[in-house]
Amino acid sequence: MANIQSNFLGIKSPNPFWLASAPPTDKKINVMRAFEAGWGGVVWKTLGSQVKNVSSRYSAMDIGGQKIVGLNNIELISDRPLELNLREIREVLKEFPDRAMIVSLMADNDRKSWHEMVKKVEDTGAHGIELNFGCPHGMTERGMGAAVGQDPEIARMVVEWVMEVATIPVITKLTPNVHSVVPAGRAVVEAGTNALSLINTIQSVTGVDLDTLVPNPNVGGQSVFGGYCGPAVKPIALKMLTTIAQDPLTAKVPVSGIGGVSTWKDAAEFLLLGASNVQVCTAVMKYGFRIIDDLTSGLSNWMDEKGFEKLEDFIGKSVPKMTHWEDLDLNFHVTAKINPDACIHCGLCYIACEDASHQAIAKKDGFPYNDYTVKEEECVGCNLCKLVCPVADCITMEEHRVAPEYLNWPEFQKRGLPLNDH
Amino acid sequence: MSIQNNRLSDSEYRLNFEDIHPPFETREGALVEANRCLFCYDAPCTKSCPTSIDVPTFIKQIATDNLKGSAKTIFDSNILGAGCSRVCPVEKLCEGACVYNLLEEKPISIARLQRYATEPAIQEKWPLYPRKASTGKKVAVVGAGPAGLSAAHVLARNGVEVTVYEKEAKGGGLMTYGVAAYKVTPEFCQDEVDYILSVGGIDVKYNQELGKNVHLSDLQQQYDAVFLGIGVGIARGLDIPGENLEGVVDAISYIYDIRTKSFQEVPVGDKVVVIGLGMTAIDAATQSKRLGAKEVTIVYRRTENEKPCTDEEVDIARLDGCQFVWLAAPKEVIGQNGKVTHLVCSKMKLGEADASGRRAPVDTGETFTLETDMVIKAAGQIPFENLISTNGLVHKNGKVTIASDGSTNLKGIFAGGDCVNGGKEVVDAVQAGKVGAGSILKYLEL
Repeated sequence: MANIQSNFLGIKSPNPFWLASAPPTDKKINVMRAFEAGWGGVVWKTLGSQVKNVSSRYSAMDIGGQKIVGLNNIELISDRPLELNLREIREVLKEFPDRAMIVSLMADNDRKSWHEMVKKVEDTGAHGIELNFGCPHGMTERGMGAAVGQDPEIARMVVEWVMEVATIPVITKLTPNVHSVVPAGRAVVEAGTNALSLINTIQSVTGVDLDTLVPNPNVGGQSVFGGYCGPAVKPIALKMLTTIAQDPLTAKVPVSGIGGVSTWKDAAEFLLLGASNVQVCTAVMKYGFRIIDDLTSGLSNWMDEKGFEKLEDFIGKSVPKMTHWEDLDLNFHVTAKINPDACIHCGLCYIACEDASHQAIAKKDGFPYNDYTVKEEECVGCNLCKLVCPVADCITMEEHRVAPEYLNWPEFQKRGLPLNDH
Repeated sequence: MSIQNNRLSDSEYRLNFEDIHPPFETREGALVEANRCLFCYDAPCTKSCPTSIDVPTFIKQIATDNLKGSAKTIFDSNILGAGCSRVCPVEKLCEGACVYNLLEEKPISIARLQRYATEPAIQEKWPLYPRKASTGKKVAVVGAGPAGLSAAHVLARNGVEVTVYEKEAKGGGLMTYGVAAYKVTPEFCQDEVDYILSVGGIDVKYNQELGKNVHLSDLQQQYDAVFLGIGVGIARGLDIPGENLEGVVDAISYIYDIRTKSFQEVPVGDKVVVIGLGMTAIDAATQSKRLGAKEVTIVYRRTENEKPCTDEEVDIARLDGCQFVWLAAPKEVIGQNGKVTHLVCSKMKLGEADASGRRAPVDTGETFTLETDMVIKAAGQIPFENLISTNGLVHKNGKVTIASDGSTNLKGIFAGGDCVNGGKEVVDAVQAGKVGAGSILKYLEL
């Protein structure tokens, strides 16, 4: 059986699944339950200056009956007394010494405050510190959270302050509310952070209540932008993660992947694109800590099937496959093929191709079932039909190379080859 | 053995006749099902609906909380969409064609969703069809059944002044008088008729029977056009000895009694034999059981494979405890003191396929006898041939002959529904009314 033990900067955990800094990690009672359920580690909800939270706090985007495809929150950092949090962290560490205990921090924006916070956390015996440079609401107005993470120079300065005193590993959590996470990532690596984590939540409005006309969530008839997370943000998180893995400087430090990890498949994808472990929050907020069982067994079973013995065998393995558009092979060509035996005649491929792609599917009317076939010569190989098909493997994309040799865009131009005529 | 009424307590009757297809209790329940729909293109369910209801669209509209839009989508194709959601044999129409069947998965519960969208429209009387200004044209519709109501609604909302002549005291036709009470209650039928009439411009004259109180020649003179939706009505006889004994009844009038009287008032035998296996036979058999008959036996001259009703209908009968005797044709009803005591049946075997494509029953010469005190004939209905021929309408075996646009051989007279097709589903009649009304609008140059 595959070994899914994780070693992140020397911080060991029985599996690579940590709970992200968030409501599920804001007090002993939750964290104890998480560890009892089998979670590998937690990032304790951000400690820092005193805050007061509002009510209500969350809103969600649902799609087609699927609840919480994306979750939005306007909750701030921990609103409990600092001393209470520190005491509970100590107590949990005693109960579960084999689990990773990281503490998220967001101090006031001065050197002394950061120094004091780092020392207080280290006194608990915690294994690491995560710097919250990403919270997009509430704290930014006070020059904290994303206000730090959005400015590489401020981020660099704060990390330098932290590294002056820190003796345990420091992870810097990046905000996605920037055009690229790389500049801030580079700055904090240069300043000495031991690792990165990303992404924090994305500023959002999940919707507007069509009765009251108040955007969600409604706080006494008003709302504010919140931080978006959950399955909907995964593709954005994966992209940002990949850019960190591709940059020669930021690639030097390990990354804790965050952003919509809900299943073991998501976790495997994060690791393949360069994360050393993952942090989970929204899926737990929806289903509770019990999802850890499938996360670990699913990952382990997949690793067995793929012949990976340990996490390091596949961390970052997909990164080299991400390239520049102009390096893609223009002679690679696929066309769709519909398996008539598997087809259930729903017509979704036909109408998608007809209205939105290249009119490459033929319809033969029947009663009550029409038959659909691909007009191979019209098919550009866009995948749309396969994506809309409700039957797995009914539509396959078959490779029909234009020519045997590799041909990229610069070469294509150099040779003066003709553009599409349709 | 005897035929008696008042066999059960009030609560037993209530339980036995409660809604067999309960609606979705909650919005969430409906949404789970609506969201399962794939939203097929050129959808097989729509193609399999005689009225071509745009099923994927109305289900999508349920899923987006556009319930008014959903009801309108249904009613645009089928103004009796609420009733059809309860009485349609959906397993051989829309739900039978659902692509999920091809995945060996449960088809979308189209009928229940259709009911979910249409029920509030009827209960809350959503004004979905603002009537066009009156055109001054007058059309008579004969028969307030599904065909007639469907035609009347199309005509009225297009500004025609419609007068409906109905021989019964209520509208709805066989929906009101000829379907099992556990599928549609009298109250529901009344509400549906009221909703259809609420469009305005439709005046229904009840207790007016064609050939008795009203005459086609008069209607032709008084109106710009006429739509005939008079249905079929006469139960087909068995043509066997003993058919006139006390205790031999026809299913149509038996169900009519159940639908027009209280359940307590309707007498039923101890040992009932139902002859035939259409929907009406099932409705007669199951309701006999539900009225308190001790034994109900359905006698059919072919096998289960050739049955005209659906599997689901047979299941209802089986679950009600009805017995089936296959390959049996009634030969003679035997009685004592003028009352039924036995039914003699011929044993049949299957021969060559007949015109319907099904293997035809052939008499083996052997017989057997069933003990019974009530024989219900459900061998189909025959058209009002005399009425139709005396009015000069071209017909075939009493079924009015029409062109594809619903027109008859008589100028300005259109027809549709059971009186044309000999007796099909409610949904077929609704479609015929729609087609006929469309042609009348063209004929009147509206």
